[in-house]
Amino acid sequence: MLIDALFLQMGYNATLVAIGAALLGAASGITGTFLFLRKRALVSDAVSHATLPGVCVAFLVLVALGGDGRNLAALLTGSAVSAGLGLLCMNWLTRNTRLAEDAAIGAVLSVFFGFGVVLLTVIQTLGVGRQAGLEGFLLGSTAGMLYTDALVIAGGGAAVLFLVLLTRRPMTMVAFDPEYAAARGLPVSKIDMLMMGLVMAVTVVGLKVVGLILIVALLIIPPVAARFWTERADQVVILAGVLGALAAYLGAAISASAPNLPTGPIIVLMSFALFALSLLVAPNRGVLAAVLRHQRFQRRLHMRQGLLALAQDQTIYEPLTLRLLSRAGLVRADGVATRSGQARAAKALRDERRWDILRRDQAQEAAAALYDGLREIETVLTPDQIAAIDREIGTPKEAF
Amino acid sequence: MQLSLASQNGQAAREPGLETSPLAIRGLTVSYGEKPAVFSVDMTVVPGQMTAIIGPNGAGKSTLLKAALGIVPPVSGRVQVFGRPLDHQRGRIAYVPQRASVDWDFPTRVIDVVMMGLYRELGLLGRIRGTHRQIASDCLDRVGMSEFADRQIGQLSGGQQQRVFLARALAQGADLYLLDEPFAGVDAATEKAIIGVLKALRAEGKTVVVVHHDLATVRDYFDNVFLINTRKVAEGSVAEAFTPDTLQSAYGGRLATAQIDQIARPA
Repeated sequence: MLIDALFLQMGYNATLVAIGAALLGAASGITGTFLFLRKRALVSDAVSHATLPGVCVAFLVLVALGGDGRNLAALLTGSAVSAGLGLLCMNWLTRNTRLAEDAAIGAVLSVFFGFGVVLLTVIQTLGVGRQAGLEGFLLGSTAGMLYTDALVIAGGGAAVLFLVLLTRRPMTMVAFDPEYAAARGLPVSKIDMLMMGLVMAVTVVGLKVVGLILIVALLIIPPVAARFWTERADQVVILAGVLGALAAYLGAAISASAPNLPTGPIIVLMSFALFALSLLVAPNRGVLAAVLRHQRFQRRLHMRQGLLALAQDQTIYEPLTLRLLSRAGLVRADGVATRSGQARAAKALRDERRWDILRRDQAQEAAAALYDGLREIETVLTPDQIAAIDREIGTPKEAF
Repeated sequence: MQLSLASQNGQAAREPGLETSPLAIRGLTVSYGEKPAVFSVDMTVVPGQMTAIIGPNGAGKSTLLKAALGIVPPVSGRVQVFGRPLDHQRGRIAYVPQRASVDWDFPTRVIDVVMMGLYRELGLLGRIRGTHRQIASDCLDRVGMSEFADRQIGQLSGGQQQRVFLARALAQGADLYLLDEPFAGVDAATEKAIIGVLKALRAEGKTVVVVHHDLATVRDYFDNVFLINTRKVAEGSVAEAFTPDTLQSAYGGRLATAQIDQIARPA
């Protein structure tokens, strides 16, 4: 079943859903990256929760007019209107009151969502025809998705991607350094509004697939995961799109493989899996890499300290230092230096003296700044320069 | 020309005036809440020279600069750049913000930051070409940072970060350079590199305005000073306006008289 779903062998509908979800995942991952870089990730949560009253009102209007309450385009229009209202409220609150953005987010999110839930309850008690699909907007439901629904998602996703492509430079500049962007004459608040508009568009388009409670995950987790792998904003954007598409595709396929699996939560779990993987194994910024780096550093440090102690005939008590030295064959089991240990220790001490001379020399300021107690002097100076310093120190006591 | 409220040294007749000055500010007031940070300030920057904006902490130095650039909205006042409104002249101004104003863990490399200076040339969709890269790496070279082009910006020292910001401004090829505390918390090598670049700009006929905090270096670095403490205190050449008297009225009790005498004594 699952394998069939993953390879689009589940029939027309499931294939449609998986492709639509992947498109949505790419659009939200890419849009979310700018939100994440601008450090306004949580705004998307308020925007998505603010869609609910709009969906409900649109449904009521449709039914009152005698139409089909499940017309997706109409429901999404309604959600866009109320999300836009929520966004305006939030902007007004942060601009004209002393509320900080987080407080404004909390206020807008809870009030709009609360109002939406009330409307939803009213609709259910009214018992008007075919309201069954509405809960699907909360957690996402792809069962019974129509070809036209998929077209709406694909079209919306494509429009968002196009706008992002067009505005990626100003959005990146505003995210990195809004003051500089303003000084260059960029309309910073308009660019911010555009970014929010894009987030709103992704949210609305994604309502049916992921649901309004969890769409925030698809906007935020892919960029956060992508950030682990690269130090370049443009690559974060692309990678977030890829990860978002992958998570959404896998999630939609899995949820299609068994009845009653909600699509949104499965997609979120998939993106979490990608995030966890990135957190663990990414080079440089990953947790494993950091642990390994720290261990390597610790060993170099102990080794160096141990050698200097040997050179000065001090007894070493630190077990890690002893273990490292004896494993390298530099001390015997009783802690006495071997022949190669003596040589290495003498060199370590000599290097310290060389660094001392170097750091007193004003002309070598740049090289001296590299001293950290661990750096090999050979990486900073040429053999000729080292020889010159050695002449200054005097005859070496012993060769190594 | 509107007269400054705080104009004391009667040099209005010699000022280059509104039409020709690279940066002319008239009656500028900026307020955070209901407390003016800059009050009715006039400033006329002399073209082709280096001017230091000096004053105690919280005197409105950075705010003056930001208002001149339209980053913070003024309550009242007017700004002219090379004789025309600011928005027509954006391309001729380069701004170097305070280093602390951005998140240095942002995913971007040194060369990408400098490339932001070429925003106007690149436009929305223009491809980054070899010529752009060349300009960017030339600018990095001028601040002595070419070997760091591919580093993530978070790996730089404070002084190196400051030099990257300067390189970004250089990439714009502007005529007027506005720098906010470029020497704050940087190492000696960086200070030397930055002042070298600024003096080279002056030699090319560019105008440089610097928010500056180190009174000891004013005489060595600058041609003119602009003393501010919410209101303008003094404006003019270092010889005229950087005196024990003006320092006393700008800093009040915050500088000891002995200190002032030592700083303001001509070398």
